[in-house]
Amino acid sequence: MKFPDPHDVKAKTIPGTEGWERMYPYHYQFVSDDPVRNQYEKDTFWFNDALHYPEALYPFDTIWDEAWYLALSQYNNRIFMVPPVRGVDHRIINGYVYISPVPVKDPDEIGRRVPHFMERAGHYYKNWDELEAKWKIKMEATIRELEALRIPTLPDMESLSVVNDACGESQGYHLLKNYDDLINLGIKCWQYHFEFLNLGYAAYVFFLDFVQKLFPSIPTQRVTQMVSGIDVMMYQPDDELKRLAKLAIELGLDSTFTSSPEWEVVEASLKKNTKRGDEWLAALNKVRQPWFNVSTGTGWFHHDRSWNDQMNIPLSGIATYIGKLQQGVSIERPTEKVRAERDRVTAEYRGLIERDEDRKQFDELLATARTVFPYVENHLFYVEHWFHSVFWNKMREVAAVMKDHGVIEDIEDVWLLRRDEIKQALWDVVTAWATGVTPRGVTVWPKEIGWRKGVMQKFKEWSAPPAIGTAPELIQEPFTIVLWGVTNKSLADWSSVQEVKDLSSIVELKGFAGSAGIVEGRARVCRTVAEVSELQEDEILVAPTTSPSWAPAFAKIKACVTDVGGVMSHAAIVCREYGMPAVVGTGHATKVISSGMMLRVDGSTGVVSIER
Amino acid sequence: MAAVASEGQPLICWLEECRKESVPLVGGKCSSLGELIHAGVRVPPGFALTTAGYRAFMAESGLEREMQFLLQKLDCRDLEALERASASIRAAIEAQPFSEQLEDLVAERYRQLSVRCGIPAAPVAVRSSATAEDLPGASFAGQQDTFLWIRGADEVLHHMRRCISSLYTGRAISYRANRGYSDEQMAISVGVQKMANSYAAGVMFTIHPINGDRSVIVIDSNFGFGESVVSGEVTPDHFAVNKVTLDIIDRTISQKEICYTVDLKNQVSYAMEVPIERRNIQSLTDDEITELAWMGKQIEKHYGRPMDIEWSVDKDLPAGSNIFILQARPETVWAEKKTPRCAPVETSAMDYILAGMLAGRKLS
Repeated sequence: MKFPDPHDVKAKTIPGTEGWERMYPYHYQFVSDDPVRNQYEKDTFWFNDALHYPEALYPFDTIWDEAWYLALSQYNNRIFMVPPVRGVDHRIINGYVYISPVPVKDPDEIGRRVPHFMERAGHYYKNWDELEAKWKIKMEATIRELEALRIPTLPDMESLSVVNDACGESQGYHLLKNYDDLINLGIKCWQYHFEFLNLGYAAYVFFLDFVQKLFPSIPTQRVTQMVSGIDVMMYQPDDELKRLAKLAIELGLDSTFTSSPEWEVVEASLKKNTKRGDEWLAALNKVRQPWFNVSTGTGWFHHDRSWNDQMNIPLSGIATYIGKLQQGVSIERPTEKVRAERDRVTAEYRGLIERDEDRKQFDELLATARTVFPYVENHLFYVEHWFHSVFWNKMREVAAVMKDHGVIEDIEDVWLLRRDEIKQALWDVVTAWATGVTPRGVTVWPKEIGWRKGVMQKFKEWSAPPAIGTAPELIQEPFTIVLWGVTNKSLADWSSVQEVKDLSSIVELKGFAGSAGIVEGRARVCRTVAEVSELQEDEILVAPTTSPSWAPAFAKIKACVTDVGGVMSHAAIVCREYGMPAVVGTGHATKVISSGMMLRVDGSTGVVSIER
Repeated sequence: MAAVASEGQPLICWLEECRKESVPLVGGKCSSLGELIHAGVRVPPGFALTTAGYRAFMAESGLEREMQFLLQKLDCRDLEALERASASIRAAIEAQPFSEQLEDLVAERYRQLSVRCGIPAAPVAVRSSATAEDLPGASFAGQQDTFLWIRGADEVLHHMRRCISSLYTGRAISYRANRGYSDEQMAISVGVQKMANSYAAGVMFTIHPINGDRSVIVIDSNFGFGESVVSGEVTPDHFAVNKVTLDIIDRTISQKEICYTVDLKNQVSYAMEVPIERRNIQSLTDDEITELAWMGKQIEKHYGRPMDIEWSVDKDLPAGSNIFILQARPETVWAEKKTPRCAPVETSAMDYILAGMLAGRKLS
């Protein structure tokens, strides 16, 4: 299968963005001046990682892409020695990330890697629970280090203690050093992110693969159902909201929570209500760390703020649950029912397996998939939510110093700079501060940032081709298969998706069957979690993607449709837990559907029909 | 009730009284229908004249002796003589009235059946149910007759005799002679069953016919009688249902040009054009698909193997009690093909993961 030549795609520069390459690391560019690299890029298959990056990437946010470029690749290629694959290569065009799994081509080399892989991966699979417990300790220590990291401001005169303690270091030096520490903690956190993930996905992929061999027509959601109902951290933030809602009712404070959508107003009136209000606030403070670090987005981007940053969001969740409780509706997830159904489904499929050997293999792979499942889910809370939410705010502290010294005009401008540019600008600020002169950046960065804002806007309007380069015959990299769903079918869909021009003529969208069932109802398009408050009872939620902080929305809706995500995505998992239909990864539901349209969501076949 | 012959066997019985052990009494077809009812599956109601009833008829009427006389000196290689003998036996059977007792029994059952269906003089199918039909190597398939859309007790009695006489076609006589079965040992049962007045009908497999997936039930459906689906005259609607969860996992709604309906006067079904506005309408509701698949699952469970099933949705009866199974037999294609094992030689999860990684995913 042939896709456009990446260099041709890149050559069609969007007018007004000439020179955009400097917004991203130089090694992310498709090149024309290096014949060998150019040929490699032509012969390689690159697909747009729209799963993680539905929009053009801000220069600073490239940090997590670089972090996983390194971490995923090293674990595959240098640590576990996955026999047929190396890492995953990366490029950027117009702010969109293209990735490509790199195979090991020499059969002898693959053979040589096999015993190492068996020993190394085997060690992890065998000692999974014990190693995972160690991982949690490492990860929590890293987050504590991040939380303790101080971003100093630059005083006109250093404290006397610097002299009396003969400390020998200035705040300027600490600003530079702590910025480096901040970045390094981020990179380290992503080292841990992939310690278990490659193997976790592999176990999951090959359980899926085996079950699909036994039952070629089995919907993927039924395979994931067999590993569902295991307690994962992702539910905890939502569970805390439910507990807080119950406590509010117990304390007779329920009317306070429905009096205003503004947290500040509610908080003030709780404080007035001294004793009971204080009791409730104390309960809240106990759970804000870590649970309210849950991000309102995927956590991958600076604009994904946490509940702690936007208390109106958890407040609206609490108000929803109070309303449900007042109506006498249960707000508990039907966990017992979910587990009973999981066990029934698993046993029935198992009963349909004809051969004893196959049944034994099924049992082994299922057990492994269930062992790895909690990690595959829980790492998201630790890294993308907890760590990232704290990290973005530390970066805002850095930006505040830069703003104070005039190299940027607004804190949120900082994301338009690469992290190495920020380092340079900090050197500029610190040396100018030390010297008592004006930083050069004062005239450089605001102008550059203004131009970059225009470029970002043009990038957002650009439609990135789903795949470029030359498709290989064989894909062996487990992430590429499970996470991005690169298959013959998806490639075919990708080449056809470009052809749709008139969005208002579309009456049917196809996605992944995320959670079974069929319902009809009115659509509510929520582009961000802040819009969830507009949801009415029994509407169908249409969202770019969802994350744990969207959880309260699921108590109101009767189905969910997303642009991005597979059957293991948050929306699919939560809908299965609630027993409502979901169609995920439709590509462009939020563009095609508008609020108020009548939809028919078939979560068993993955089809959304739109009544026009 | 005097419905019992001297040896203690009933002359007539309801289908729900039949079991798989009843083959000598009611033949293969009726016993398998009884077995389905026993499995909790809804089949069109009906009754059977048993082999005891058949023997009583033959003995009381003196036909047995007449037949022996005709067949004794018959040379089966003489085709002309064979056909002559067959014709005269069959004419004799069809002309011979049942005893009053048998007539009363049949008429009473038929009346009760009509009451059960809520239709005066319910249209029925009258078909022979041979005792030897399903024996390996003794296939009589298609050699007995089926009469559809029969109404009224006299008509039912008449067609029962025609079914009985079908045991004496030339081909059947010579077949038995060649195989060494004696004609006196042969017995036939006749089933009388409500005609399914199909709103929609078709076939269902409790295994995926293409890939042998045992977790799938596929249903092909069209409006009217199942003939259009079985014969392949139309592209039917196609549904795939998950056997474990009963979700509809795939559906194709086809353009259905024709369907079969009944001409009650001439007692035949015929093809008619489906009105244009109905052609692209789904021929079964989702609830019906789910209920049908549930029945398929019960049938498979009962027989312990994948099944090939004919079914019908009846327009005379209300939703919830209108889906009928007309026939169920073991699926044969995949039963013989024995699916290949999926697990490689190794069974540890690690080995499987490694093998899978090395194999990769083929893209074309």
